[in-house]
Amino acid sequence: MNASSNDSAAPTWQAVIGLEIHAQLSTASKLFSGAATAYGAEPNTQASLVDCALPGTLPVANREAVRKAIQFGLAIGATVAPHSVFARKNYFYPDLPKGYQISQYELPVVGRGTLAVRLDDGRVIHVEIERAHLEEDAGKSVHDAFHAETGIDLNRAGTPLLEIVSAPVMNSAAEAVAYMRTVHTLVRWLGICDGNMQEGSFRCDCNVSVRRPGAALGTRTEIKNVNSFRFVEKAIDYEIERQIRALENGETIVQETRLYDPARHQTRPMRSKESADDYRYFPDPDLPPLTIAPADIEHERARLPELPQARRQRYVDELGLPDADAGQLCADRATTDYFEAVLAELPGQAKLCANWVLGEVAANLNEAGIEIDAAPVAASALAQLLTRLREGIISGKIAKDVFAAMWAGQGDADAIIDARGLKQISDTGALGAAIDAVLAEYPAQLADYRGGNEKLLQFFVGQVMKRTRGQANPQQLNDVLRQKLAGS
Amino acid sequence: MPLDHAAVRHIARLARLAVADDQLDSLRSDLERVLHLFDDLAAANVDHLAPLAHPHDQSLGQRDDVVTEGDRSEELLALAPSAQGGYFLVPKVIE
Amino acid sequence: MSPASIATLAADLAAGRCSAEQLTEQALARAQRAAHLNSFIRVDAEAALQAARAVDARRALGHELKALAGIPFAHKDIFCTKGITTTCGSRMLEHFVPPYDAQVVERLGRAGAVSIGKTNMDEFAMGSSNENSAYGAVTNPWGSARVPGGSSGGSAAAVAAGIVPFATGTDTGGSIRQPAAFCGVTGLKPTYGRVSRYGMIAYASSLDCAGVLARSAADCARVFDEIAGFDARDATSVDRAADRTVDALDQPLAGLRIGVAREYFGSGVQDGVAARTHAALRELEQQGAVLVDITLPSAHHAIAAYYVIAPAEASSNLARYDGVRYGHRSADVRSLDELYSRSRAEGFGSEVQRRILVGTYALSAGYYDAYYLRAQKVRRLIANDFLGAFESVDLIAGPTAPTTAFGLGEKSGDALAMYAADVNTVAVNLAGLPAISVPAGFADDGLPVGLQLIAPAFAEARLLNTAHALQRVADWHLQEPAA
Repeated sequence: MNASSNDSAAPTWQAVIGLEIHAQLSTASKLFSGAATAYGAEPNTQASLVDCALPGTLPVANREAVRKAIQFGLAIGATVAPHSVFARKNYFYPDLPKGYQISQYELPVVGRGTLAVRLDDGRVIHVEIERAHLEEDAGKSVHDAFHAETGIDLNRAGTPLLEIVSAPVMNSAAEAVAYMRTVHTLVRWLGICDGNMQEGSFRCDCNVSVRRPGAALGTRTEIKNVNSFRFVEKAIDYEIERQIRALENGETIVQETRLYDPARHQTRPMRSKESADDYRYFPDPDLPPLTIAPADIEHERARLPELPQARRQRYVDELGLPDADAGQLCADRATTDYFEAVLAELPGQAKLCANWVLGEVAANLNEAGIEIDAAPVAASALAQLLTRLREGIISGKIAKDVFAAMWAGQGDADAIIDARGLKQISDTGALGAAIDAVLAEYPAQLADYRGGNEKLLQFFVGQVMKRTRGQANPQQLNDVLRQKLAGS
Repeated sequence: MPLDHAAVRHIARLARLAVADDQLDSLRSDLERVLHLFDDLAAANVDHLAPLAHPHDQSLGQRDDVVTEGDRSEELLALAPSAQGGYFLVPKVIE
Repeated sequence: MSPASIATLAADLAAGRCSAEQLTEQALARAQRAAHLNSFIRVDAEAALQAARAVDARRALGHELKALAGIPFAHKDIFCTKGITTTCGSRMLEHFVPPYDAQVVERLGRAGAVSIGKTNMDEFAMGSSNENSAYGAVTNPWGSARVPGGSSGGSAAAVAAGIVPFATGTDTGGSIRQPAAFCGVTGLKPTYGRVSRYGMIAYASSLDCAGVLARSAADCARVFDEIAGFDARDATSVDRAADRTVDALDQPLAGLRIGVAREYFGSGVQDGVAARTHAALRELEQQGAVLVDITLPSAHHAIAAYYVIAPAEASSNLARYDGVRYGHRSADVRSLDELYSRSRAEGFGSEVQRRILVGTYALSAGYYDAYYLRAQKVRRLIANDFLGAFESVDLIAGPTAPTTAFGLGEKSGDALAMYAADVNTVAVNLAGLPAISVPAGFADDGLPVGLQLIAPAFAEARLLNTAHALQRVADWHLQEPAA
């Protein structure tokens, strides 16, 4: 945890932070046109006539974007507005083709809700979300590819965004980042946003102010478009410190929009004067009010997946998993889906499945630098491996080796066990023969053991394991070895 | 509502319309005359009424989430006064 | 040659008495002879003849053709026509060639009607005289020094001069009805949302309506039936089945209650106009209508409400004209700011600039409540007035415009005087209702007078039926200006 976030803020100052998160909704087409939203296309190849604001073109709303907004609202326990209104936010910028952005102003689709946020120290804070509304994204400007000119790509123009506005209730960068992570997990969990910050699917504006505890809110600044958890933390920390220093110097804070400069680790004011604009919001006359019937809301409620908090609790209460494990498994939807798929084939074996998902699977994912949905071992394949383990066909140690081979693409568990002849040796006769051979090979150690050096038991276990290429059933080995060592 | 030159400049700036200094006066008086019309609104007995934004009691129609538009970049860029390499071009913007 | 009705032309075509190509050639020739009216921004002879020949070919092959197939007409230059320059009467779009067709264009094209070109109009539909066009003023065929009205002045003049039997138009505050009245033709403004706005260059989105000008209500009915209908590409398009108005044209009026609003006959109304309006209403009485005195107490607020709302919406709709993706870009530009402000100052005429500024002001911080929001409340008051009136009458009548066509240059220096010309028409747009202007004879100055009939929402059939009833007994609509 960044020391400055808690310690350097002298006890007489309180930081007040609110976040506006823009989550790009993962619809196939745009909010108001039928152009594709896929990332990475050649410039302006996903810009329709409507997206280019050609004269005479009109917006038509995407029902899937509305559904995704409703799902988010339900997930945070907010009211979904039966009537909401799209409004025009008017300003001039080259990546805003119509000269206005279609957004929502006085009547957003999602009202007030709450999100429980678990901090690193285990405390849970409840962050109030004031509203969430639908709006269209702008296009992109390319500044460095053309001499003395800026290039405009409208592929992104019109992509649906859900703007999620928190109340200014967070008091440290750590709290803000924890909240941001929770929202990030939730939107991916719901399947409404892929949360890919590198691609700009999940962006954060941070509103920061400081005040003496108990005093009125101070002037806030807005740090725009921060696109990583790390940068959000650093930007907020820097801004808090900057404001405190300024105020302690007798200066006033200017209400302004700032950008975070990751190279210099500081925020600086934005050059453009867009923040000084009067947006002249008014209801968009091209779009009648959005009506959402109670039946539509209930339909979405029925489709909601079990939410992260609830599932984490269920893992603790019903599956008997430790809270920390439950938390890790519920860190994202893909992980929990994987775990549940494995568990489905090994009912009652939650602990075993959890250990493997959080152990072998996680370690391999980490090393390969990939996410669980790219894992070369599917949940069903892991389930098969664990079933063989449970059946006693292989030992725990062998299972790990088999898993490594599966991960390397050498086939499924059964195939590998067969091909390498890895079946556990549990037959007491075969084990007995292996043990006899080892004891005959090491007469000195045998004498030593019978002379009282009981530690040599592990030596013999190790040698039998080596001789059986690790396939000896440990329990059986132990039993038979002890018998033989005891002289029978 | 008397309009001064500063106000006219401000509105012209919001609307991105270049107004030459020698136009300011006539524009100001033109606008003031039209704004006078609006005094009539203040007298209307409407405080109890909801604004009428759409003539009919319509709800927003919505379309299915299907990609229906393909690549029209060539014909769209051909309409532009300045385009290059697949981009629309404008004088450099400093952030 | 007396301009024939669509029905007559269609019959001639069906019987082989003439070909679509011949009709188009004749229309083009008339357009040529009437070029001094400046009613067209562009005439596309070759494209028109090709389209006409295609219709003839299909007829020859025995294909079933619609009533409008082969009929020459014109589109107001506000409708996007694919591959054909669409200027909206402005320098801003002087070279703009849309890559798509408006819904209205698609429908009339599918019906086989043959457009001979794009008619002149007030720039971005802002005007009541067609003097605000970047392509020159239009002359009223009834008087060489008279305006045709606006903003659909070119369409009205083209029909009045007998160049084409019908032309499309748009009506945001009276822009079909008022020029129809000034030019002695019939002009229909449908219910808001009845005809798709897709491809119709926007002025004021909650007020704009596409419609038609023709020489008779029957012809208007034929065209309306073709262009009306739901379009999923326009979210304000109304999804509601429509009966064909042509089939209802001959229904008797018996007992039709026509409310005559006293507010429409105030002191600003020219004597001759009032007299002709009353005369036309008496004709309708003869046909079985019952005239009822009514009042529309909020009528006097309509102009103020309109001139807040329309410019406000326009200021936002016209923000897209920025010299970036299409349209005029200033040559002398050294920064983004200059790109915007110079391109727009050069591309827009003075009336458009004025309305953008007024609209921007009305929406700006500190003024939104007093102007825009208040105007929307007044709008509801006006709409309620109509709803109340329609509880006791079926139609509401009055003169379309307070005067006959005024002189070119007479009001162009006085914006407020020009706005006052719309006093009888704007309320209809605020309420989203359908209305028609029907020729009602001539005032002492020899200029046409229009009778306006207003109906409840979606009652176009009743409007057209009533106008048709008048036109069965009176022949004012058949009069032609001297060549």
